[in-house]
Formats: sequence, structure tokens, C-alpha cells
Amino acid sequence: MIRVRWRTSVSYLGTVLKGLTVPLLVSALVSLAYGESVVPLGATAALSLLVGVTLERLERDGLGPRETFLMVALTWLSIALLGALPFFLAGTGVFADPVNALFEGMSGITTTGATVINDFEAHPRGVLFWRQLLQWLGGLGILILAVALLSQLSVGGARLMETESQTTDLTKLAPRITETARLLGGLYAALTAAMTLILLALYAVGAAPGMTPYNAVSHALTTVSTAGFSPEAQSVGAFSPVVQWVVVAFMFVGATNFVLLYYLVRGDPTRLRKSEEFRFYLAVVAGATLLTAGFLALDGTFPGTEETVRHATFQVVSIVTTTGYASTDFNTWSVGARHVLFLGMFMGGMAGSTTCSIKTFRWLVVLKSFRRDLLTAIHPDAIRPVRLGSSVVDEETIRDVYAYVLLSVVIFVALTVFIVVDVGRAGVRMGEFDVMSAAASTFLNIGPAFGPAGPYGSYDVFPTTTKLAMVVLMWVGRIEIIPVLVLFTPRFWRE
Amino acid sequence: MRVIVIGAGEVGSSIADNLSGSHEVVVIDIDTERAESLTYELDVLSLAGDGTDIDVLEEAGVESADIVIASTDDDETNVVACGTAKAVSDAFTIARVKRPKYLRTWQRSEQAFNVDFMICTDLLTANAIVGVIGFPTAQDVDMFASGAVQMTEFKIPGDSPVANQTVAEADCFEELTFAAIIREDDIVIPTGQTRIEPGDEVVVIGNPESARAFSAAIAPRRNGPKDIVIVGGSEIGYQVARLLEERGFSPRLIERDADRARWIAEHLDDTLVLESDATDRDFLARERVGEADALVAALENDQQNLLATLLAKRIGTDRAVAVVDTADFADLFEAVGVDVAISPREVTAEEIIRFTHSQRTENVSMIEGDRAEVIEVEVDADSVLAGERISDAAARLPNVVFGAITRNGEFITPRGDTVVEPGDHVILFAETETVEEVADLV
Repeated sequence: MIRVRWRTSVSYLGTVLKGLTVPLLVSALVSLAYGESVVPLGATAALSLLVGVTLERLERDGLGPRETFLMVALTWLSIALLGALPFFLAGTGVFADPVNALFEGMSGITTTGATVINDFEAHPRGVLFWRQLLQWLGGLGILILAVALLSQLSVGGARLMETESQTTDLTKLAPRITETARLLGGLYAALTAAMTLILLALYAVGAAPGMTPYNAVSHALTTVSTAGFSPEAQSVGAFSPVVQWVVVAFMFVGATNFVLLYYLVRGDPTRLRKSEEFRFYLAVVAGATLLTAGFLALDGTFPGTEETVRHATFQVVSIVTTTGYASTDFNTWSVGARHVLFLGMFMGGMAGSTTCSIKTFRWLVVLKSFRRDLLTAIHPDAIRPVRLGSSVVDEETIRDVYAYVLLSVVIFVALTVFIVVDVGRAGVRMGEFDVMSAAASTFLNIGPAFGPAGPYGSYDVFPTTTKLAMVVLMWVGRIEIIPVLVLFTPRFWRE
Repeated sequence: MRVIVIGAGEVGSSIADNLSGSHEVVVIDIDTERAESLTYELDVLSLAGDGTDIDVLEEAGVESADIVIASTDDDETNVVACGTAKAVSDAFTIARVKRPKYLRTWQRSEQAFNVDFMICTDLLTANAIVGVIGFPTAQDVDMFASGAVQMTEFKIPGDSPVANQTVAEADCFEELTFAAIIREDDIVIPTGQTRIEPGDEVVVIGNPESARAFSAAIAPRRNGPKDIVIVGGSEIGYQVARLLEERGFSPRLIERDADRARWIAEHLDDTLVLESDATDRDFLARERVGEADALVAALENDQQNLLATLLAKRIGTDRAVAVVDTADFADLFEAVGVDVAISPREVTAEEIIRFTHSQRTENVSMIEGDRAEVIEVEVDADSVLAGERISDAAARLPNVVFGAITRNGEFITPRGDTVVEPGDHVILFAETETVEEVADLV
């Protein structure tokens, strides 16, 4: 006896898919502007409208926790499938293979930024633009999701955000949750627009050669969303140093808690300043940058100091915020510098931002609760709440955090083993560190890895089975594991 | 003046007792027997009835009352009683509350609930405890003249270097006056030749620095406390911990109830909250409570507090302070080994009395129950003190010691030839029988 009201979930999914028609048509216009075929995008738009309207007709009957889990999981999966369709329909280069198209679609909507493309010239501009727009939607989607849906159901990630925002009710900027979602969405769009204008201005004054309007919009879309696709083979390395600094700034902002950013924009910087998570996030980025710059300087990787500092900052921010842009091929860096970046993959930005991975908040909770354990070893009767700033993290959240971190590590290890075996079976030569970094990079939604899947390489080298496994884990990783895993428990479906 | 006291419990009775000598006092209590018994004990008019009932208040003559003091054990009753009194009179209303939440509300506007003055028992008690803890051997600490002057009552330990010295020998502090020595049942007004004996309680008045220095001279080996343990997470225990945190201490607090312990731990950053029974000897040994410099027992009842402090003394805690609910037990507590027993009711009554004393008396501290008082008076041009030399004034005021003078907030040590000027604040020590007379004269 199935008790989940799946029709409700699917009906809401229909509304989302119907909405997807708009960005698809926008991309089709880009195709039109460049004189390319509008069929791949136009047909997909028609399909999503048809499917959306059909599904929406299903009867809605109250959205409970189970229905929300189902809807969230299905939404990301369906958009990945529909989003992959234009790639496959265009069918150029690697996209002739449907698995590659699906990989790119899932990588896009989950804001991972891992790509199978190895020859950017082979693909139409309209389709590449869709790839960028898909990531922007993914970044916005997770933000709205965290605020609007999960916070009401008090699921893992959203409860974290509530605690860190330091008042019980801060995820709600307004009494109505839809209003909050609208405010945050507005901020997100404004940041994207601001970055586009800055890049265009730099282009206009000649400080950013190559930053055409197409490129400016494309990069703004995938920077604020900390996603990392670029229509350039050289990624951001194709542009001038000043562009790279602008990108660093917006990646950093994209991985900052949007509720705190909202207050900052409104002229109240105290919340951001007082946020312990923000200070921790800043400290992690600063520390990792110093370490990386130190390694690069010692190795003499770059001739100048500015270059050393710039690439170190860019790469650390790009990895920690899970964006995955590259300003240079960090694959060629020394062992020390590469391992700092590898560790940075597990960090992530702040809760309540567009970032992925484990997130600084969870690490902070783990560290603090570990420090508490040390104290209770000396004073067994001590009651010591774990504090973040001025607020107390409840014990349930601490358990959730531990479970989440442990689960992430287990999945990461399992994926690594799977890929090592699969790669060996398929006869692809690849080092274990390269495999580990590719596993972390996809599951934690970062994008580039080391070795063949490095910043200037592609995931095309992996066998099909591995790519399919990665597709699933990008999906699982982006919506914070639990909503997907819960679907696979029999209890979810039965009372 | 006509004063209406609502509630004839310990606080109300003590206030009525103190004021009945010089004022018309009406006491209202809901308990008929208690109200009746008061009639025989004190020279007051007592009424049985509900102090929040407007008819009862009118019967007590609230329209012509100058002060209404609501001092029952119930916060809400006191607040409502003040509001009711204000509805039909212009009397100055004083409300006693236990929990600080009402005080915080009242402090926002100083008009809330129609209460003109609010006294928070738990906070006052916590303040008194923290004041006493700061000084090893101190029994009582009170501040005067906005903190410029401090009255301290010290108990002289047997091994103290000050023991067996004369006052002249012990008095090597410029800004300190020896106001009285309490020896068993006597109050001795000391001269230079008076010998300080072990076990004496010495009342000194001076600036806080010299009080601190004298404290160090009495017990040179006992420095200020570092490790303070609070037993019991009652409101008083919580407030003591909070005030200690404000002064830079990191106390430990023992609370048995898991939820309350958690609540306190969440509200106090620098306090180490331990969830345990304070009479569990294994726990006390594990946490080395015996090595603490001071222990405060703030549990729910007197017996538990006595047990906790005696146990702490037995395992070696330097100094034990107990909250004692029944004011009469305070002496008993101190007799059996508790260093200081502090009664919230006594502290409250003291605070209320300072408002009802002769109008120019600004601050009162009661010594040895109520046998003597330290009062603060602002001298105006009509006072007998104005323009007088202290030696002349002292001759006219029997059994009064000039403890300190502040002029424009500056501390002045009173000497025989010091001339008192209008506007000065004078801090005087006087025995209770004469205090009204003194207050009226000055």
C-alpha cells in the first residue's frame, strides 16, 4: 500500500517543468541570433511545456515532508534529463553519445561544472548558452529550495542555515516564505546583473579583451551560481588578470549566506560581521590561499608575485566555493599545492548560499563539538552546548551534521573504489589520486579534478558506467544526500 | 507618614517593625491569623484581606497613604497590588518581585505596572553574594554614595595578623574608618586603644580600594578567589554566575536537573555547568570541589543549602556562602560553620526600608540583623551638620560614627576638624534606637 501522495509531488514538478520553457526559449533566441538551428532548444521547450502542463493537472493534496522529498529529487532529475536533451539533439562532438549529454545536463543543473566537452568550437553557441543558463537556474533553485521548502520541513541543511543566521527565524526575511524566496531570488539576479555590467565595462575600456557580451553574460551566469561552466576551453584563464579578480570576488560572494548578504545590501553589515561561520569561511580561504601561494613561490611555478598570488587566490576560492573555474592549468602544480586544493574540495562555502560540498558550517559544528568532547573527557558531568556566535546549536542538528559528514566520506570512498575498478576494467590508465579527485569533484559538485579530468581536460575519458555513477552522485550530492537516499528506503513508501 | 504594607511575611513584618516606631503603618495580609498575630506583636493596624482588592485597600485608607509597599511572596500579586493602589491614590508604590524579568520590564520605563520602585529579591541577593565573595572574611558589603564609599563587615580570623592589635595599630589606611566592633552581643564604638580580638566582627567604612587593602591585611594568605563553585541553578544561582561572569570570573555551577542545567549552559558562556547532585561525594572528589576558593549554595531550601555548605567545608573548600530563606536561621548557619549566610528576605527588607526612612536618608545598611545601621545622608543648608566641624557635631550626636564624606563624588576622610558643607554626602554609623533621631537631626 503506497501512502506517499506522489501525484501531488508530480503535479508540482509539472509546474517547475512548465516554467523551464522560458529559459529554454531564451536560449533558442540566442541560437537564432547566431543563425544556428533552433530545433534542439525549441523542441525541448515544446516538450517541457507539454510534459509540464500534463503533469500539473494531477490532483494536488497537501505537500508533506515525504511529498517534498519526492518532488525535490524528481525535479533535479527531470531537469537534468530535459536539460540534456538540447545537447543530444544538437548532437555535435561528444554529445552524439546520450550518456555524455546526460552527464553534461546533470553537471549543469547541479552546478557541478564537470564537463565532457573537449572541443568547444564544435558546439553551437545557443546550446553552450543553455549550458550556462542551466547552471544559473541550478544555483537559484537550490537557494529557493533551501529557504522555501526544506526550512519548513526542518531538514538538515536548512536547519543549519537557521541556526547560523543567528535568530530562530532568519531564514524567513518576510512573514511569508514566498516573499523571502522572492527577495533572495532578486538579490541573486541583481548580483548576476552587476557582474555582467562590470565585465562589459571592463571590455568597453579595453581592460578585458575577449570578454564579449556573450562571454560576459555566460560567465556571470556561472560565477554567482558557483557553478563553473565556461564556454572557453581555457576557462577564465582566457581573460585578463582584472577579469580574474572580478570573478574571484563574485565566486566568494556566491558562496556567502544570502540572508546575511541581503542584510548587508540593506545597509546592515553587523550580521555578516558577527557571523562566526563567515569568519571561519574567510579564515579557511585566507589560510589555504597563503599555503598554496607559499608552495607556488617555493616551486617557482610563476615568475611574478602578482601572478603567484592571483592564481593561488583564484584557484583556492574557485575550489572552496565549489565553482570549479580555472585561471591556469593547476594540474601541473606541485604535489603540495595540488593537495591543498584537494582538501579544499571537502570544504564548501557557507550554508544558505549557492555553494555545494560539505559546507563550512558543518565543519565548524564538527570542530566545536569535538572541542566539547575534549572538555567532557575532563569534566564528565559538564553540560556544554555547542555555540555558533551567540546562538546554540541544538543536539539534533549536531547529530545530523555528524551523520552527513560521515555519509559524505563513505559515499566518496565507495565512489572512488568503484571508479578505480571500473577504470581498470575499461583499460584506462589513471592514477589513484586522479580518481579520488574526480570522485570528490563530481560528488561534491565542484567540477574539475586532477589528471585527465583536470581544468583543461574533460570527463570524456571515463568509461560510460563511471559517468552514469557520477550522474547519480552529482544528483545525490547537490540536494544534500538525504532527500534522495530517503526515497530508497522502503519505509518512505509504506506507513 | 501613612504606610501600607501588603503581605505580613518575613519581609513585610520586618518592614512594618522597622517603620512602626515613627510612622503610621497598616499591614494587609490574606491570612487572617497572621494578620491578627501582628496586631499583638507590633504597634500597627492589621487587616485581613486581599491586597489586590480595591475595597480592602480603601478600607486600609489607601487614599491618604504616602507609601504602598507590596511585599508578598508572589510577584504577580505585588505588581497588581501596586497597580490597584495607583488607581485610587497617589501613593508612592514599591513592589517586591523575585524574578528579574519584571525588573527588566520596569527598568525600561520606570513606570511599568504603575510601580514607582521595584525591588528584585533574587537579583539583590545575587549582588550581595557576589559582593561578599570578592572579600575573603567579609560578612557583608554595601555600597554608598554611588559606589564611592563601601561599608564592609569583616570577621577577624584567629590567625590574622590584625588579631590582638589595637585599632591604632591596625589602622594604617588613610581612607578607612573603623565604625564599630561587634563582639558577641556588644557593639563597641572603637577608639585608637580598642584591641581587636579574634572572632570580632569589624565594621569599616571607606573607599573600596582601602577596603580591599584592609581585607588583604586581615587575611594576607587568602587572595581574592579564583575558583568559585555555585551549587544550585535557582534564579539566585543563575544570577550569581551571571554577575561573576560580568566581573571576569569563570565559575562552575552544579545543577541536578538536566533541563535546567542545559538552559543555564545555553545562557551563560563562561560558566562550566555540571549536571550532578552536589551531595554526591564521588562527583565532588572528581570535580575537586574541595579545592575551590569559594562555594555558594543556592539550592531550593535551607536544609539543602546547609548540607551542601557543610559538606563543602568538610572536603576543604575555603569559604562557603549559603542562601538562607528563613532569616532567623542565618545566625544558626554561621554558628555551625557556614562562613556567610545571606537571607534574600533580609536583603529585600533592607532595600525597601531605605526608601521609607526619613526622606533625606538615601541608603541604609543594617548591621547584625537590625541592631545598628549605616545610613547615607545628603546634607542641606538646614541640617545641624552644615558648616559644623565633625568633632563638634559628634559631640551633639551620641553614639554616631562619621564613616565617610563625599563631596562632588570625591571621597573625603572625615577627621575631627573636617567641616561639613551643604551638598556633602555623609555616611554615618548609628545604633538602631538612635537612628531615627539622628536622621531627623541631620
